Amino acid sequence: MKKQLLSGNEAVALAALDCGVNLGCGYPGTPSSEILDDFSKLGGSAEWEPNEKCALETAIGVALAGGRSLVTMKHVGLNVAADPFFTIAYSGTPGGLVVISADDPGMASSQNEQDNRRYAVSAGVPMFEPADSQECYDFLCAAFALADQFRSPVLFRMTTRVCHSKCVVERRKAAPDAKREGAFAVDPKSNVMVPAFARLAHRRLRGDLAKMREINEKNQYNKITLNSSELGIITSGISYQHAREAAPEASIFKLGFTHPLPEKAIRDFAGRVKRLVVVEEGDPYLADAVRALGIKIDAAEEEFRFGELNVDRVRKLLAHDPTPAPAPAVAPHPPQLCPGCPHRKTFETLRDLGCLVSGDIGCYTLGVMPPFNAIHACVCMGASVTVGLGLRKMLPEKEARRVVSVIGDSTFFHTGINGVVEMVYNTPATGHLLIILDNRTTAMTGMQENPGTGKKLNHVDPAPRLMPEDIVCGIGVEFVAVVDSTAEPEKFKSLVEECLAATRTSVIVVRRPCVIAAVRSKKMGN
Amino acid sequence: MASQKVQNVIVAGLGGQGVLKVTDILAEVLFRSGYDVKKSEVHGMSQRGGSVSSEVRFGENVASPMVPDGECDILAVLEMDQVELVLGKLRRGGVLITPDDVPVKELNNPKALNVLILGALSKHLENISVDLWHEVIVENFPEKLRDGNLAMFDLGRK
Repeated sequence: MKKQLLSGNEAVALAALDCGVNLGCGYPGTPSSEILDDFSKLGGSAEWEPNEKCALETAIGVALAGGRSLVTMKHVGLNVAADPFFTIAYSGTPGGLVVISADDPGMASSQNEQDNRRYAVSAGVPMFEPADSQECYDFLCAAFALADQFRSPVLFRMTTRVCHSKCVVERRKAAPDAKREGAFAVDPKSNVMVPAFARLAHRRLRGDLAKMREINEKNQYNKITLNSSELGIITSGISYQHAREAAPEASIFKLGFTHPLPEKAIRDFAGRVKRLVVVEEGDPYLADAVRALGIKIDAAEEEFRFGELNVDRVRKLLAHDPTPAPAPAVAPHPPQLCPGCPHRKTFETLRDLGCLVSGDIGCYTLGVMPPFNAIHACVCMGASVTVGLGLRKMLPEKEARRVVSVIGDSTFFHTGINGVVEMVYNTPATGHLLIILDNRTTAMTGMQENPGTGKKLNHVDPAPRLMPEDIVCGIGVEFVAVVDSTAEPEKFKSLVEECLAATRTSVIVVRRPCVIAAVRSKKMGN
Repeated sequence: MASQKVQNVIVAGLGGQGVLKVTDILAEVLFRSGYDVKKSEVHGMSQRGGSVSSEVRFGENVASPMVPDGECDILAVLEMDQVELVLGKLRRGGVLITPDDVPVKELNNPKALNVLILGALSKHLENISVDLWHEVIVENFPEKLRDGNLAMFDLGRK
């Protein structure tokens, strides 16, 4: 079969095509963003949704109607989608549902480095962890097969280096599987999670997990390499690649199907080596599980749970040397807002007016950097609005009047709208000002479309264009204005001053296309 | 050990300079030459004008996609002030290529510096025909940029 050089994300897209996935849905987030674009380019049906919860729920509907669906998101996206995730684990779906969580150890482009392997345990969902692009392809096919066997959703946990590294991939299927036809079987006991049915479903789930554990004991998706009996390494994902290079002499138990874990197989491996080390990025997920079996491991120092691993760090981990690598003689060039970026003028103004800015997730978070220094709080998607409201409610009046919330267009559609509802419902005594930075794209993650751009995922098909100003007017915000802060800086400045002085709810939509998106749009003849 | 035969190339620069384009072409050329190849870099926020570094490893059997410190055989840097940042990756006796080593004044387009440097880099990879390089470069650029980039590659390779 044909071999190609593919990133992990491209390999997932190809496997999704070959598994006959009926619909791929998600919300962009580094390092997961390319999967749906690639799937769409290959001819798959894919869509960006307002947020990860919407995407997972749509995918659940597809799978309830007998289809195969794929949901993509970055690690923090699964926090947003956690509500449906936990309960669909109980009911399951007759079609196949695979949830991709792309974790970002080291935080190349994220606000935290949470380890989503914990979600598999917490929700009781089986999990695969590919270590290279070939496994991305193979394990996605395996995940859909397992989903069919147990009606269970499957968590597919990738990490930055697996998503973005390119490796050689052999396409296993000669042609894509036929897509399934939609049909809905009325079965409230399975599909309606009222307490009486959910109690039954929870028992079934635990029984299924026990059966999956037995399947995993056969190590179909795990790999054992027996070399020296002096050193044994238990590992998974990208850490496996570093470990086999750092310690070629070691025996290695490389796990691919990482929940539920094959306890007997782990015990058996541990019994064959004198010294057992767990090599993993992030939380001690495997280490804790192995220790819980009563197996003694030579534990890694705390230092190694921070950031990404690499060959050098695994060598140090094995040598119990937690000293960090020497810092380079010069600092790396920090990322910054592009020349000509419409956010520049906005943040200059907020800085000059001495605003206290509650920011959000996107390119514009770079407003925290000099020379702007104009973001003072930033937590997660959509938090700008509500964190700003809390600041206004707690600070003395003079300080409260300096508080401004700033959110991008895609983030506004994601989870910002709920905050505006709260702003109108429980307005702070001083009112509030929200600035929506509408650059007509989802810039940070690579210029994806969103409900405000008027285009579907493929950048071609037209879509209704939702206008943030219409939405906030509909919610009941008292004052709404639209301005281009780059073209009319004075007008923008006086609008902000006026809104800060007024005791009312205000929204200013700053509208000007992202400079990079504008160039791309021209190239595409738009 | 097969892993000892692995060769390592790193291309570094700033976001927007076409670092990833260079390693895309390089990795594809090596793949078509029959090597096991892995390529790795970080996307996302760091690309907004920040430091970018992309790594390509090739040989019989490549394990980690990331080059260990001091094991890089060829290091190409597109921006002089980024050299110091990545120099620790270069092995003793490894090859360093910077804009000082290529005829920058003859660039037909300032954006083609990446391909000019790729040309210089290609001289250090033996047994790969110039035709294969050309084939992959052509596939990686839209039609109107092909000839210009082929010319810059050939200039760098001189």
